[in-house]
Amino acid sequence: MKKIYLLEDAIISPLGFSTEENLAAVKNKKSGLRFHKNNRFPSEGFFAGIIENQLLTEAFLKIGEPKKFTKLEQMMLLAVSRVLEKNPDLNLSKTALIISTTKGNIDLLTKSPFPENRVYLSELGNVIKDFFGFQLEPIVISNACISGGLALAVAKRFIIAGKFDQAIVVGGDLVSEFVLSGFHSFQAISTEPCRPFSKNRNGISLGEAAAAVLLSSKKPENPNIISLIGEASANDANHISGPSRTGEGLYKSIQNAWREAQISAKEIDYLSAHGTATAYNDEMEAVAFNRSGLGNVPMNSFKGYYGHTLGASALLESILTKYSLLNNELYASLNFDEIGVSKPLNVIEVFEKKELRFAMKTASGFGGCNLALVFKKE
Amino acid sequence: MSNGNYKITDFVHIKDHRIFHGKDQVFKTEKSLGLDQFLKASYKKLEIAYPKFHKMDGLCKLGIVASEVLFKDHYISSDTALVFSNSVSSLETDKKHQQAMGRMVSPSIFVYTLPNIVLGEISIKHKLQSENVFFIENRFNAEFMRDYAEVLLEAKKTPAVVCGWIDLKNAEYDVFLCLISKKGEIPLSKENLKQLYLFENE
Amino acid sequence: MSDLRRELKQNIIEQLNLEELEVTDIDNEVPLFGDGLGLDSIDVLELIVMLEKDYGIKLTDPEQGKEIFASIDKMAEYIEANRTK
Repeated sequence: MKKIYLLEDAIISPLGFSTEENLAAVKNKKSGLRFHKNNRFPSEGFFAGIIENQLLTEAFLKIGEPKKFTKLEQMMLLAVSRVLEKNPDLNLSKTALIISTTKGNIDLLTKSPFPENRVYLSELGNVIKDFFGFQLEPIVISNACISGGLALAVAKRFIIAGKFDQAIVVGGDLVSEFVLSGFHSFQAISTEPCRPFSKNRNGISLGEAAAAVLLSSKKPENPNIISLIGEASANDANHISGPSRTGEGLYKSIQNAWREAQISAKEIDYLSAHGTATAYNDEMEAVAFNRSGLGNVPMNSFKGYYGHTLGASALLESILTKYSLLNNELYASLNFDEIGVSKPLNVIEVFEKKELRFAMKTASGFGGCNLALVFKKE
Repeated sequence: MSNGNYKITDFVHIKDHRIFHGKDQVFKTEKSLGLDQFLKASYKKLEIAYPKFHKMDGLCKLGIVASEVLFKDHYISSDTALVFSNSVSSLETDKKHQQAMGRMVSPSIFVYTLPNIVLGEISIKHKLQSENVFFIENRFNAEFMRDYAEVLLEAKKTPAVVCGWIDLKNAEYDVFLCLISKKGEIPLSKENLKQLYLFENE
Repeated sequence: MSDLRRELKQNIIEQLNLEELEVTDIDNEVPLFGDGLGLDSIDVLELIVMLEKDYGIKLTDPEQGKEIFASIDKMAEYIEANRTK
């Protein structure tokens, strides 16, 4: 069977506008979460990872005219351009463009200088396609918080089936008043920077980011390479917003991804969890991981660094997982204090160098969706 | 990519106050009925008896009604994948949430501001613990749907796929869902999907 | 039935879209969650919004909601003791 390799990538976030800057920040336990004023909250604000408009505009000026694009478009275009700059010979007429987002330009629902149709996710696809001159119709995935990882799975499936040889997967979402007000009505926004899997966690922090990855079936000359060898998603069939108490869908996703990758729990060296820091999500994950025999595997959540970046999160975290494997580095699960779930987990508390070969990324989201990806260092 | 192994086992349409199962019209109401009334009448006519239905947004209600018709005559494995698409995501409910933001936000509206919630509702109702994905397209894309259904089936990710189009924009709705498996007479092809999608408009 | 209890039942049916229920179907003592009316976690959040909107009571912990919304009687008692409008 064909192998799918993760080649060039880029992360645009409050921690930097390249993968290198982001990795350096994560390694140094630097968080992008800051307090932002907002009178919706009794505490007069909330913690979130928000990209400074001015910094983004300055960076974007090098590739385009900022006024013509929304903030999210600038972030996603910048991410894709970083990947293309390093692959100038990429044949765009044969490269698929796969986009993941939950709410796209949803802030355009209110008055904006942009045409009305710009709020549609398909239009977001067209904007990115036209900016770079991709020839294939963009594939847009909007599947709640697993979107970014599901986009990788969809790319892999199409490449293996021979539909195309390579794809650029780009994910992005904003911290919008739309989403913020909704999570606030769920009483799910943390009063401090989120603390995944901790006893004192009290909800999520939101974040904004764009991430892009080039996937290909062509093995590059560089022997240091990561492949996506297994993936699966499964619905809980339990509740549209409450995670399953038995972690059924996540458990099933993990088992199915392993079956495809032909590996088992004992081979997994590192686990990048979803870890949103809500009471129910983290507990559900702990249950599913223990059912899968992963209770001792070093694991973390990157939400303490970025917040929950929604449709970008599973993609962004897959990129970080890739570098964990490549660099043999385990990054600390930021803001973790004391274990706060009913099942044992091996949460990474301090940065560590360790020989790593197989890693897994998982995600879960509204609608009862779950996803597991298995990565291998070749 | 077509290899002829897979069939369009069954299909359902909902549009303009009418529900078709295959090519047979199974329900129709007066054109004067609004979407909510049409959906409520469909719920009664199909004897769905699922009180949660009334809590759902329009997109989910359309999905529940359509799946009720589509699944009626078939054994549906819990591994049956759901692959849906539309043009405007959850726009109708997004607008409702946007309006509520000025006053008091309703969690039961916000939870429906994602297109894939309809996949979750159908999964819960029919106990499907399967592959789900929601794609956004400009219009019903028969070629893409055929391709992705085949990809899932060939990769043995699922024994059957429910795929199609479920669009709700400005109270206008257009639903076309197909059950794809090895059973049936109509070969899975781009042309057949396109023709069946358009048939009801003839 | 007290007016508050009747009002609560009407509002709950409306707010939570319990279309197939009438005010007379809901007993004052019956649990609203689980086996009783079968309300779920989103309904708790929606009832919290209702408390704030209709009675000026702000709840910040959904866990607290579970006790207050145990039954119509419990809800009415809590509202009578804490309402600001």
